[in-house]
Amino acid sequence: MDFQYLFELLCGGVVKGSIYALIALGYTMVYGIIQLINFAHGEVYMIGAFVAFIVAGILTLTGYSGLTVLVLAAVVALIYAAAYGYTLEKIAYRPLRNAPRLSPLISAIGASIFLMNYVQLAQTPDFLPFPELVADFEFMEPIARYVSSVDLVILIVTTVTMIALTVLIKYTRIGKAMRATQQDMVMARLVGVNVDRVISATFIIGSVLAAIAGVLIASRTGQINSAIGFMAGLKAFTAAVLGGIGNIPGAVLGGLVLGIAETLGAGYISSAYEDVFAFGLLVLILILRPAGLLGKAVKQKV
Amino acid sequence: MQKKTLVQLVAAALVAMAFAAPASAADTIKLGVAGPHTGDLAPYGMPSKEAAEMVVAEINAKGGVNGKQVELMIADDQCKPEIATNVATKLVSEGVNIVIGHVCSGATKAAMGIYKGAKIIAISPSATNPPLTKGGEYPNFYRTIAADDDQAMLAASFATDKLNAKKIAILHDKGDYGKGFADFCKEAIEKGGKAKVVMYEGIQPGAMDYSAVIQKLRSEGADLLIFGGYHPEASKLLSLMNKKKIKVPFIGPDGLKGDGFLKIAGKDAEGVYATGPMDVSKFPINMKARSDYKAKYGKEPGTFFDQAYAATLAALNAVKVAGGTDYDALGKALRSSMVETTVGKIKFDAKGDAEGVGFSVYQVKSGAFAEVK
Amino acid sequence: MAHLKRSFGIGLWFMFLTLPLMVVRVNTLNHEVEWRWSNMIWVGICAFAIAWFWQFSIERRTARRAHVAADAHPEVEKLSLAQRLADDPVLSRRVLIGAAVVAMIFPWLVSTGQNYYHINVMVSALIFVVLGLGLNITVGLAGLLDLGYIAFFAVGAYTYALLSKNFDLGFWTCLPLGGLMGMLFGVVLGFPILRLRGDYLAIVTLGFASITKIVLENWDTVFGGAAGIAGIPRPEFFGMALDGRQKSVYTYYIVLALVALTIVVTTRLKNSRVGRAWMALREDEIACVAMGVDMARTKLSAYALGAFWAGLVGVIFAAHNNFINPDSFTFMDSAMILAMVVLGGMGSILGVIIAGLALKLLPEYLRAFAEYRMLVFGAVMVLMMIFRPQGLINNMRRKYECDTVEGDHDDGAK
Repeated sequence: MDFQYLFELLCGGVVKGSIYALIALGYTMVYGIIQLINFAHGEVYMIGAFVAFIVAGILTLTGYSGLTVLVLAAVVALIYAAAYGYTLEKIAYRPLRNAPRLSPLISAIGASIFLMNYVQLAQTPDFLPFPELVADFEFMEPIARYVSSVDLVILIVTTVTMIALTVLIKYTRIGKAMRATQQDMVMARLVGVNVDRVISATFIIGSVLAAIAGVLIASRTGQINSAIGFMAGLKAFTAAVLGGIGNIPGAVLGGLVLGIAETLGAGYISSAYEDVFAFGLLVLILILRPAGLLGKAVKQKV
Repeated sequence: MQKKTLVQLVAAALVAMAFAAPASAADTIKLGVAGPHTGDLAPYGMPSKEAAEMVVAEINAKGGVNGKQVELMIADDQCKPEIATNVATKLVSEGVNIVIGHVCSGATKAAMGIYKGAKIIAISPSATNPPLTKGGEYPNFYRTIAADDDQAMLAASFATDKLNAKKIAILHDKGDYGKGFADFCKEAIEKGGKAKVVMYEGIQPGAMDYSAVIQKLRSEGADLLIFGGYHPEASKLLSLMNKKKIKVPFIGPDGLKGDGFLKIAGKDAEGVYATGPMDVSKFPINMKARSDYKAKYGKEPGTFFDQAYAATLAALNAVKVAGGTDYDALGKALRSSMVETTVGKIKFDAKGDAEGVGFSVYQVKSGAFAEVK
Repeated sequence: MAHLKRSFGIGLWFMFLTLPLMVVRVNTLNHEVEWRWSNMIWVGICAFAIAWFWQFSIERRTARRAHVAADAHPEVEKLSLAQRLADDPVLSRRVLIGAAVVAMIFPWLVSTGQNYYHINVMVSALIFVVLGLGLNITVGLAGLLDLGYIAFFAVGAYTYALLSKNFDLGFWTCLPLGGLMGMLFGVVLGFPILRLRGDYLAIVTLGFASITKIVLENWDTVFGGAAGIAGIPRPEFFGMALDGRQKSVYTYYIVLALVALTIVVTTRLKNSRVGRAWMALREDEIACVAMGVDMARTKLSAYALGAFWAGLVGVIFAAHNNFINPDSFTFMDSAMILAMVVLGGMGSILGVIIAGLALKLLPEYLRAFAEYRMLVFGAVMVLMMIFRPQGLINNMRRKYECDTVEGDHDDGAK
């Protein structure tokens, strides 16, 4: 047994899992509130990365560098992702609030296809080089073979985001309103919660998370194109379902389990079947626990 | 009554559809150009289309071939086999004389059956799958690019003889092209007996992360990596290898040898080896084509531009030599008449591969590919 | 005036929204930034116009809904052309016969000589119509959202490809085998997901489809990998040799017959015991089970039957193309079939046929707009859900009416 190899793989798995978790958080939040699989979440992630790429491109060419570029690009990307998330909800989901379950889902698939092709037409179908926004840290040098600098940033950001999100939902006014909406939309409205605003806020927060993920991951892989959102969204969604959709710690746990399972599978068996491990695990867990790892089985009301 | 009108309406619409197909004018030479012009593989198809358009515009301006104007028939197959068959049928139905394409090997295979039945010659600028010519199944198939097994042999011998690698890892993107290259490399290395293939795996194209496979590479102690696939995956691998501090020589196929790779991989590309068509940039005709392109589109031509330009030139030259578009005469002209093209002076051998087209090894040095002597 | 002001605001908002993506383009090779300000103006104008129209439409929709709610018999008031057609048995039969005649003579209408492009296109379109009708059973009738339907199609296609390659079995032997294999897979995959509902089902089926595709890609000793399987024989016709056009015409009639068969079977199923159980399951699972419907069996039968058609038509697909590889079985294709079912009107056979033909034929003949095809496709999916969730053709449920009590009607959008 080669423990160093196992350790390397585990580190890789945890980093990969955090990436999934970061995107899955947005998914799970939206699902928690309005029980909608926001298929277009992956596209918001992609748009976040694209906006960051564009802003960074402009700034670099006008002579800025380093931290300024990182901060400005990230901030603009977050603003735009939030704007897209907000608009998306208004156009594609809000008119369908009371429609049968299938309608918003199909609308979401449509929105996803639309956004992907919109970016492809407005920009390019080619791959574009994404600048390395996170510089290599000096002190990471000795352990870079396990965890690189960007990996470290991703781990930290995921942890911080998860904690911040938990605090937001547990202790703030809007969080309370979100939980109320989640439990019973009609009742929440009756007691004075502005449900529309809560849902908009959910989408904005979810989209911001997606954009954070987009910027970090693009910076790690060093490239973007208009199709990256789809696979990322799919895997993140798998992670969210795995952990129990609608459940915030569940999304993180699901992401980690998925990331580690994929990495170990790829490392010990074959990387060609990586996605098979991911989806196989999903099917297995859903058969054993239909509500996901941390999800509570919802009693159906008649 | 209402029924009748409805039926009439439908019938009229269908008849209109039938006649909507462009009526064939007999006095032009119909040159089909098929490849992916939309979708995610469009970057591999558009340069071919643009090359054909440029050649045809130039020749038409000079009065055409044998006094006939050349008419382009552009067809988008999105690199999908089932669309390629439709597209091929469409071209054949509309009386195409000769086809430049298709671009992807899979789509080409699907379309060739139809061209073969209709006795139409197709010249691909990019389908490098060896059996297309070497299988002997498609006597109507020609290409202006060398086959994958040639470049795989070159890559393998370069790895073992020049770089003295002993433990070689081979990765591929599971695609037709990438896996084909990887398979041939593996075979060549094992046959050569100078090195061992310690790892042979496919990776999922479009995945976010390849760190598992990179860790495996390190744990197997590979001293060289051969990758079969296209540039996005290659640069992702390189970027992660650099981040994980793994430094082994990296050899890729001609899918890497282009500006796309240099652009995306950036400084990670430094030192990477790639096999690619022999350096053709010194040929005057090539320099002219490239500068024309730059003047017209304001950017460097993309992948397979040279090959498509050459294919179009060769096709029209054959029409000129054969004095018409007869299948047998065209084939004979292609095999016998030397033509000056963007990939050098070429003619085709009996199987349909271009003679005088070969591969060299390149290395990225300070942001540009330089031929390794 | 308020509308105008709001539309103006929306126009501005979209100008802001599309600013980075539509206006700026960074050329990393030449290190240049391209500014395309004219796009911004266009976006503004278009967004303004659309917003205005949008508000108008939404208002109309709301007004109509209110109207419908107030009126107990809305269907009497305003019936679409298709519904009027279907309600009038004489008229509908005539139209049906007309359509059948056109379909029968179609190859001679559109093609002369060796020009059989239109026939080939029609074959591809009809293949997708059968797929749409098959998925209609699973999604439209039984309400089980299947995002991986294309996997069963792949099963059928590979069944024929492998059997004909390895065992020299003919098309007609493989046709039912392909269907049965599809069915078998449907049941095998159906079992573990019986307990899942709605969204979980969607992701698991999507996962299954991905797994299928990856296995096809990787296991190249059996499935030929990404290189696919070439040289699949066309359907044989009593041992006679057919030329290109004849083969296409022959395939056309085979697939046309299959479409007809699918229509008959689906119609019969819809009004059968199991069909009504499916629809009941779709409307309310718990109530349905409480009424004594065997959930497991009903769901599995919906899965299996849906998959059966996919497997069957997969064989024809393989035979028609002579070549298959995993690229033909992607999620986008699943989404396309689902879109047919949804756009056509869930559960409505005529609607699915129209939508299927439209979705497959329009892109083929509008190649000029190829670049915008998917963009429009996505937008239409969204708009359809908002403005016409019941699809092109409303699915009409057979009503069992008494003289005194009006039967319950269903608008398909409950």
